Amino acid sequence: MTAQSPAPRGEAAPRQLPQLMTTPPLLTMRGITRRFGKVTALEDVDATVYPGEVLGIVGESGSGKSTLLRMMNLEDTPDTGTYELDLPGLGGNLFGLDRFERRMLCARNIGIVYQNPHLGLLMRHSSSGNVAERLLIAGERSFKVLRDKAREALDASEFPLERMDARPIELSGGMQQRVQLAKAIALEPALLLLDEPTTGLDVSVQALVLDTLKRLQRDRSITMVIVSHDLGVIHTMADRVMVMRRGRVVEQGLVDQVFQDPQHEYTQQLVHAKL
Amino acid sequence: MTSLASLTKPWEAFSYGFLDASAKRELRRKMLKAVAVPGCQMPYASREVPIARGWGTGGLQVTLTLLKPTSVVKVIDQGADDSVNAASIRKFLSRVSGAGETWDTGEATILQSRHRVPEEVLREDQILVLQVPNPEPLRPVEPNMSVARQMHADADYGRLWLTLYEQMVRSGRIMQGAAYPSLVNGRHVMTPSPIPRWDVPKLHMARHLTFLSAGREKRLYAVPPYTRVEPLVFSDVPYKVEEHHDLTCHRSGLTGYFMNEIPQDDGSSSFEVSDSHFGIKAIRRSEGEALAAIDTWYKNGELQP
Amino acid sequence: MTPVLDVEGLSKRFHMYHLDQDLHAFSGISFRLHAGEFLLLRGENGVGKSTLLRTLYRSYLPQDGHVWYQAAEGRIDLATAADVDITLLRRREIGFVTQFLVARPRVAADEIVAEPLRRAGVAQAEALDEARRWLGEFGVKRDLWRAYPTTFSGGEQQKVNLARALILPQKLLLLDEPTASLDAGARAALVRRLADLKSAGVAMIGVFHHPGDVADLIDREILLTTQRLPDEAGAETQAAPKAAPGDLEHVAV
Repeated sequence: MTAQSPAPRGEAAPRQLPQLMTTPPLLTMRGITRRFGKVTALEDVDATVYPGEVLGIVGESGSGKSTLLRMMNLEDTPDTGTYELDLPGLGGNLFGLDRFERRMLCARNIGIVYQNPHLGLLMRHSSSGNVAERLLIAGERSFKVLRDKAREALDASEFPLERMDARPIELSGGMQQRVQLAKAIALEPALLLLDEPTTGLDVSVQALVLDTLKRLQRDRSITMVIVSHDLGVIHTMADRVMVMRRGRVVEQGLVDQVFQDPQHEYTQQLVHAKL
Repeated sequence: MTSLASLTKPWEAFSYGFLDASAKRELRRKMLKAVAVPGCQMPYASREVPIARGWGTGGLQVTLTLLKPTSVVKVIDQGADDSVNAASIRKFLSRVSGAGETWDTGEATILQSRHRVPEEVLREDQILVLQVPNPEPLRPVEPNMSVARQMHADADYGRLWLTLYEQMVRSGRIMQGAAYPSLVNGRHVMTPSPIPRWDVPKLHMARHLTFLSAGREKRLYAVPPYTRVEPLVFSDVPYKVEEHHDLTCHRSGLTGYFMNEIPQDDGSSSFEVSDSHFGIKAIRRSEGEALAAIDTWYKNGELQP
Repeated sequence: MTPVLDVEGLSKRFHMYHLDQDLHAFSGISFRLHAGEFLLLRGENGVGKSTLLRTLYRSYLPQDGHVWYQAAEGRIDLATAADVDITLLRRREIGFVTQFLVARPRVAADEIVAEPLRRAGVAQAEALDEARRWLGEFGVKRDLWRAYPTTFSGGEQQKVNLARALILPQKLLLLDEPTASLDAGARAALVRRLADLKSAGVAMIGVFHHPGDVADLIDREILLTTQRLPDEAGAETQAAPKAAPGDLEHVAV
């Protein structure tokens, strides 16, 4: 593991490279730096995600966590840094791909759920159609297969199937997130990115959506990266957590370790502030 | 001795074929480009012509560029040669170029048409010019035209199928009537102008050259001869044309062609063949006139391969 | 025989930034644990028994020392191993049993218990059957199996938790007062299960409120003591950190 917290007092022994995990990481980002004018959104960020793992990214607003997630979805390119995914037939820095290659890569291998459903959904089309669009991009042309797969994905996202042809605009926030999720998992992506997936939802709905995610993770062992400023969400969802502040990773580790025995001053403040 | 008269042309009220030489040169270049990249929309500087934008200015400019004195033009409006608009355009074309006028599909060398392809098969030496109101098939699914351009570049046409998917879900069948989006030469999706579904298969591997031009939107595109034109369909939902196979024209007695529906006072409908001169020829034939028979795309309501 | 766990000079202290102060848990702890062995951790309240267990599990990061663990692939130091390796081991062979359940909303008791099996690739129906069997074993009433444990009493939640933690045979079990507040029936079931696991070669180290419950299982004991005087503890900790380590004794039974 790299990018440890910058040696605070009482630093624990540095962690080593994986010995038992023989599969290479699914996602590897190195030295990501992104500046918007004078503002540095990300400064030399490294990230590694192993297959089947759930990585949580926490941090306050403006810490760069969403920017990093957007880069994982190839929506933005950093000033410097590399991004690799360990997928068959894929090599080299993904930031070097052109728009068309990125689109195909993302459609087939990466699913994303945004905090704002308007970013992820076509509001004028039906919910099942939104899911079908993903399959259409990947080249599926059979109406029956589209219909069946859309139904399957919506069902896996625990969306009420009798409403599958309603337009997202007619649905509640929690239901819209389920449609986004169904769309994201329709092609069984290698990587599922979640950008504050439950922020803005009622507490009860939030629990339901998290539960759906947890179930999906367990049954399909999808690799996930989940961004949230809500430590509770990260605690229930993630195996490992990365704490970000002002565009830097201040600490990362196992979720129970970071929350119970935070090493960095900022993380301690964050954890102590948790209700 | 060189005189001024020998160096200049005598004064004329307008250039040959109405458009000035530079306009025609630009159009010719864009038309060649359009032929080179089948189905791809080429922008051009649409000129003023003496009809209103939206009444066929795009088709008119392409036709004017193609005209020569030996051309014979046919202009149809929804299949009819005798509508005011068709008659005016045809008259204008022959007046500015000296080209011949005809109603007969077989005689014409250039056919300008609004929303129909004639029933009789076109030959290699004929050019079909279709007037297009909206050249962008992606407009209903992507309001931002810059993004739509990118989608064309990426052959990102999934959302067109999405529209069809929604129609299937809501109505159980595909509801797209006219302007059925079609893939040209396996690469670009074009709208074939608002021709009925009946006419789209006529463009597939056709012997003639088709230009489609939108004057208001300043875009033209082409389907060269012997080029694939495939309507977008689901692999398990076959393409269907209008069910006009067993309708009979009440004037000419023809059966198995695209018909216009004429509502009757009693609430029923009668039908007449939409390609009006094709109907007229059938009537004249039945009255004993010997007219050369031209092959038709459909026979007994079935598309001929 | 190679021990399952070989702890060498393990030390843990916490730094509290808001107080700018170190808090010493223990230091210089060494012991070995073999397959099928049951080790009891003893000591006064606050001497660091639970902290030690959590440090072994890597919920806490130690400052010094090694926790050599014998995995199938070879020896690995849990004190410094990569996070993914720890995750892997936790899913595969190291279990931690506490009295506290982190119940997720709207997940039925049997599904919570079946989860480790589902992760290990057992089919849903089979996993649920097995889960229900264990719930029954620990005395959770049948009509609660499909209910959500968020609403359960403390005792019932703990039973669900135990069933979940013990359903998969592990290689190493860390037991943090698993018998506390259990009724007699469930305690007996727990001891039975632990005995089964022990004879199957599972190495166990645990903290128990009433070690009498597991008296028959205990092979060895470790007594954690502190040398500092109770009324001077705070001051001495600050002044001379090294002078206040937790100490360790091996007591053979």
